[in-house]
Order: sequence, then structure tokens, then C-alpha cells
Amino acid sequence: MDLDFMASTMLTLVAALPMTLALFSLSVIFGGLLALLVVWMRVGGNPVARGFAKGYIFVFRGSPLLIQMFLVFYGLGQFGFIRYSFLWPALREPFVCAVLSLSLCTAGYTAEIFRFGLRSIPAREIEAARAVGMSGFLLTRRILAPIAFRNALPAYSTEVMMMVKSTALASLVTVWEVTGVAQRLIAQTYRTMEVFLCAAAIYLILNFLILQLLALLEYRLSPHRRTAPLFPAAQQ
Amino acid sequence: MTATSSSQIGTPMAGAPRLSVRNITKSFGPHQVLRGISLDAQDGDVISLLGASGSGKSTFLRCINMLEIADAGEIVVDGEKIAMTQRGGRTVPADRRQVDRMRSELGMVFQSFNLWSHMTILQNIIEGPVHVLKRPRAECIEEAEALLEKVGIADKRHAYPAHLSGGQQQRAAIARSLAMKPKVMLFDEPTSALDPELVGEVLRVMRALAEEGMTMLVVTHEMSFARTVSNRVIFMKSGEIDCDGAPDTVFTDGASPAFRQFIGNFGG
Repeated sequence: MDLDFMASTMLTLVAALPMTLALFSLSVIFGGLLALLVVWMRVGGNPVARGFAKGYIFVFRGSPLLIQMFLVFYGLGQFGFIRYSFLWPALREPFVCAVLSLSLCTAGYTAEIFRFGLRSIPAREIEAARAVGMSGFLLTRRILAPIAFRNALPAYSTEVMMMVKSTALASLVTVWEVTGVAQRLIAQTYRTMEVFLCAAAIYLILNFLILQLLALLEYRLSPHRRTAPLFPAAQQ
Repeated sequence: MTATSSSQIGTPMAGAPRLSVRNITKSFGPHQVLRGISLDAQDGDVISLLGASGSGKSTFLRCINMLEIADAGEIVVDGEKIAMTQRGGRTVPADRRQVDRMRSELGMVFQSFNLWSHMTILQNIIEGPVHVLKRPRAECIEEAEALLEKVGIADKRHAYPAHLSGGQQQRAAIARSLAMKPKVMLFDEPTSALDPELVGEVLRVMRALAEEGMTMLVVTHEMSFARTVSNRVIFMKSGEIDCDGAPDTVFTDGASPAFRQFIGNFGG
């Protein structure tokens, strides 16, 4: 293996890392916010909203992300009302299309993860909150959301890692992130193995770091699940 | 027992019952659990609710703070009646905020403690005062420390519920209810989920509360508590009040055949 070539490839690919990080972080943020809206509709009392949320989750979980991305990138421009709207200058940008479709897709998965988080809240803890006079937004903010988020975090961590990898698809709608740049390098050098190994290494390191952060968050949020050496157990 | 007419609504009156319940009925499907229960609790009353399982005593207690919504009847806390309305053929509270406020005035202690597992004991106790009553945090912490001292678990303030014994959890739950400065405390079988050797520590706390003059409604199977701590005993049978009176009367000559059979099962 040619180490000099590997090193220069690494440098070229790392230069594209900010784009990958931008795709990732924006879509996790927007997808997360959208997921909150979807899960609120999904578990709320309004049957129309619930039906819409169910449909949304099914469509975005049930179809390939790549096709969703192509539909957004190639498809939206065919609608006159979009093409001639004030949104078009943004929506014709590949980056915007990629973030949009990544967000829409992860929102479907994340909504479902949050819903399971909500369902696993012990009913008695909700009852205790009602009994002190909590309801509505206060109940959600103080009791439901904190418990649901803790319960959902392991599954949500997996979804976040999937998002790092899914950003690679953006290369197919001409966004020059790590995978896109790797393919361009291969087209120039025909050295598939070295370039893709470098790209894989970048994703692995990135995911390793993200996983550490999420594990730290999970650790911080779950002192109640650990045994407590500081407190002598069950004394009268 | 039923000295005052309880229908006055509006400003609390001197001598008005702390809690007044009129003709509560409740069915689950075809099964009628409560068949018109009424009760007045005066300031400082400690009322034990006894009955076999399925007699409706827990459901009755849960109807009082609306964790179950009664099909009919009225609930008046300190002279204020909880407004009900009909919606879609069902009885529902007319005003959510009134229910929330009423609940904040009625302390509830559950059979399985129901502490919030992700919060420390101290956080559990200040949660209601800080976020429901919107009182200053520092003040609430100070009061919480005093309450923990009172129930004897001051050293556990930074522990999580899972790290405590059942008796300690229940005492923490009592402190959590007391932190709301309730007008009435409702206890739903507070010692039934405890190991026998842990029952005493919880009963001691409840006895101390009773001696301080707290108005209490206690669903319990602890006959000695009912007999020695409460000033009134109500025995429920099939969703109705079977007998009702001072413990001495009920436990000795005032007992109905059903109550005699019931306490016979306790070996006493």
C-alpha cells in the first residue's frame, strides 16, 4: 500500500468532513424537532392528526431514503407552485434537498423511538404527577419528556449513528461530502480500495466519537439505574 | 358524623367539613363498584376505610382526587365544589385547572409509593412545591430537609428511590405529599406493599401526623392502626358503607355481621 497516497487521500477526505458534519447535525436537529411534532400528533387525541402521523411514519420508514432523496431533488422542481415560489432558490440547492430528505426520514424513525419511550413510562409515576396537580404541558415537561427521553436514548443512539452513515447518500444528489469526494478521487486515480478504506475510517472515527458522547449522556442521565455504593442499602 | 349540611358552595366556612363527599357512584362496565357513598371529614379527623378487597374502598379514595372520575355525586374540598359536566354521555370535570388545584390540596400516598424514579428523594419532594405551587426553590429545599428529618430519612436526601427500602420509599412519598401542605391526606393502602418488618416505621410517621391534627383518610388493613389512631372507622361492603362510627363502637358492639366476619379473617 502506498502510504503517501493514503495520507494525501486522508487530507482530501477530511477537508470534506465539515460538509458531512453539517448534513448530519442539521438533519438530526430538524429531524428531532419534526419527530416531536409527529409523535405529539401520533399520541394526541385528534384522530385526523393521529392518522396523518401514522401515515407519515409508515411512508418515511417504509421506503428507501435514496428514493426519498431523489424525489425531493429531482421531483420538487416539476411542481410549478414550488418552482415559482419563494422557496425555490433554497430548494434547488442539493445541500438543502439532502438536509430536507434526511430530516424527513429520520423524523419518522425518531418519532417511533420517542413513542416507545413514552409508552414505557410507568403509569404510577404519571399518576403521582397528576396527584400533585400536574397536567398538560407541565406534566409533559417535568415528568413525561424526561422519563421518555431516558428510556428512548439507547434506541435513539442507534438512529443517530445511522444518520452519520446516511449522509453518504447525499453524494448521489451532488453534495460534496466525504463519500462524494471519495468517489471523485476514485474517478481520478482508479484506486478504489485505498480511497474507500480512508473514507470508512473517517466514518468509523466519527461514529466512535458520537457514540462516546451519547454513552456519556446516557451515563449522566441514569444515576438511578446504577447501584449506589454511597448509600448503604435497605437500612431501617 | 353528618352534622353539617354539605351543600354550601363558595367561600370556606368555619365548621364546614374539610372534605365532603356526596353520593359517589362508580361503575366499571356492568360492574357497579360504588353505590352512593357519602362522607364528611372534619378538620383533624382520621378516618380508616376498611373492607375486603373488591369492596370499593380504593376506588372511593381515588374518586376523591379524581384519579378515577365518579359517574355521579359531588366532591367538596374546604367548601369548594369540584364542577362536573356531561360530555359525550360521560361525567367529566368542567375545568381541568380546578381539578389540578384540588389535587394539589389533597395529598395522596399510594400503595406502591410511586416516587419518580429518575429524581433523587429531595428532588421528588420539591418537585410539586416548585413547579406546581411555583414557590421559591431555596425555601422549598429548606422545608423538604425538615420533612425528611421528620420522617427519619434525612441521610437519604440525595439517594434515588431504587436505592431505598420500601419503608423508606413510602416515608419519602409521605414527605412528598406533605411538602404540598395539603388540606387532607389520602392514604391508599400505604403499608400493603411493605415487608412486615417495615410496616411499623410507616405507621409511626402516620401516627405522628394524626397527632399533629392532619385530616386523614386511610384505606388500610392495619386493624391496630384503625383501632388506636383513627377517630372513626368506616367499613365498606360491596360498594356501600356497611358500618361507620368511632373505633370503639364499631370494633365492639356496633359491628355488623359482615364486619365481624371480616375481622375474624384477621385472626382478631
